[in-house]
Amino acid sequence: MPVAEVQSEEESRMEQADPKEISLWKDAFSRIVKSKTSLLGLIIITLLIIIAIFAPLIAPYHPIDDGSVIDRYQPPSGEHWLGTDALGRDIFSRIVHGARISIQIGVIAVGISAVVGILLGGISGYLGRWVDMIVMRFIDILMAFPSILLAIAMVAVMGRSLTNAMIAVGIVGVPQFARIVRSTVLSVKEKEFVEAARATGVKNGRILFRHVLPNCMAPIIVQTTLSIGTAILDAAGLSFLGLGAQGATPEWGAMLKAGVDALQTAPWVVMFPGLAILLVVLGFNLLGDGLRDALDPRLRQ
Amino acid sequence: MVSYIVRRFLMTIPVLLGVSILAFSLIHMIPGDPARSMLGSKANEEQLMQLREELRLNDPYIAQYGSFLGDLTTGDLGTSVKSKEPVAEELQNRLPATVELSLFAMLLATVIGVLAGVIAAVKQYSWFDNLSMTGALLGVSIPIFWLGLMMIWLFSVKLQWLPASGRLSTGTELETITNFFLLDSILTLNWEAFSDAFVHLLMPGIALGTIPMAIIARMTRSSMLEVMNQDYIRTADAKGLASYLVVFQHALKNAFLPVLTVIGLQFGFLLGGAVLTETIFSWPGVGRYVLQSILGRDYPVVQGTILVIAIMFVFVNLLTDIMYKFIDPRISFD
Repeated sequence: MPVAEVQSEEESRMEQADPKEISLWKDAFSRIVKSKTSLLGLIIITLLIIIAIFAPLIAPYHPIDDGSVIDRYQPPSGEHWLGTDALGRDIFSRIVHGARISIQIGVIAVGISAVVGILLGGISGYLGRWVDMIVMRFIDILMAFPSILLAIAMVAVMGRSLTNAMIAVGIVGVPQFARIVRSTVLSVKEKEFVEAARATGVKNGRILFRHVLPNCMAPIIVQTTLSIGTAILDAAGLSFLGLGAQGATPEWGAMLKAGVDALQTAPWVVMFPGLAILLVVLGFNLLGDGLRDALDPRLRQ
Repeated sequence: MVSYIVRRFLMTIPVLLGVSILAFSLIHMIPGDPARSMLGSKANEEQLMQLREELRLNDPYIAQYGSFLGDLTTGDLGTSVKSKEPVAEELQNRLPATVELSLFAMLLATVIGVLAGVIAAVKQYSWFDNLSMTGALLGVSIPIFWLGLMMIWLFSVKLQWLPASGRLSTGTELETITNFFLLDSILTLNWEAFSDAFVHLLMPGIALGTIPMAIIARMTRSSMLEVMNQDYIRTADAKGLASYLVVFQHALKNAFLPVLTVIGLQFGFLLGGAVLTETIFSWPGVGRYVLQSILGRDYPVVQGTILVIAIMFVFVNLLTDIMYKFIDPRISFD
């Protein structure tokens, strides 16, 4: 019997064996929608994205230009839903525009962590031996510093700005990605299909990027979701310390910092940006937890 | 056991060397002239030359690193550009404040976190489980600087129950011996100072302890759930052992290992998180010092402080691993 026929027979038998088989991702999605908590996370994140896209339409005032000192520290009212800050600017409008910055932080910082971490972890796990040894020792050294402190030190060196804060938060997140990817690669590279690829003469780089890493996506996606929450939290912390967003930028952490002096008389200036951070981070944590449960085969029935 | 400790100790040496290289490189990663960056644009050439000489910036890198390491072994962490005081001395004055705060926060986090986690696991899906796990989820998502400020607003501004800043009220006298104020007040039998120091610790301690508490609670719960399903627990239950004995002696003992790792790792987080907490509560510790030094571009201080904290973190992890082995002798790291 020719090889092709055997294969097609094999395939048709597999299809018959389980006609209802659906892909891992479809299954994961339906599990997330079924779980109330992860659905809540998904809703929060979707809302955040919608608010960020339509910020100028949603915000009743301009986040930086509108406002005069005469209107400073107005308590929440029909006119200013969440009150005004020291310069009379509408806090609700600033929070709405801040959503854009939060997404920026999430994408850029976690993008850096993920790309660098996946490369380091993938190469180190796949090649093993001395490469693994060197990369992992480097990761150990990075991990010897408490993450916020390392980010603070990097911003101190690179200069205070939101961009540098995002880069620093991104670098600080590299070790976690590298470790997770490495351990997943270690188990995936022992699988038969990798052996088969190697036997047919596929080059190492192609095996790693086309065969091994695509099969490590589940933990990477979980880690990405959870990391976005942490990154937003850390970047807000840096801005709060005066090391991130500067000046009039409606970044939530920086808004909080600006409100500290008026805590006694105008607590809303501090209260609402903080609630916004809490809500968004909660959203990513809920979705991340849900994804982990949905994608972790050990937890499946 | 001894050979394990020795080997584990030897494993930290390359990490410590790497940490020292990274901390050393800090000054050299400043774009442009580090001396100019530290002294500002008003400094004249003579002052710049003098600072470069003091920091040995004119030497080759290898020689600079050599003398940096040499100084380290004698406990010399360099000199502050601003105050001209030795960094080691400044740290010695501030470290007890940070360690006292961190230990207090960790104690709160561990006791409450483990208890909540155990109860949540034993009474799975009960109202307590739901409530504490919702709390834990909020705990890992909350910006601690915001939590701190909200506590100040509620308990200091509105209710006026707790002090908002510092380690002691003005007017409270305390003879300092160790600079750990709780310990000092016990040693000198000064109960007034003890209660004063304690109320000052409460809010910063809670703010700093929130995230570790939440993580410990979640970890304890999931670890306990895994253990509680095992046969030997069913056996212990079946033979009629009191349930608190089953939970605490049989289950928790085995569920504690992953929790211990988390506690060790969180301690490092505390040392970092202290920067935020100390800033909010004007706590005179290392965190606030390092932030002030960064804002004032006092890089030798930043370098020395970060190095000390990283070394402490490495040793806490070492200690955690050794305790790990002590609790479960089967574990090996080969």
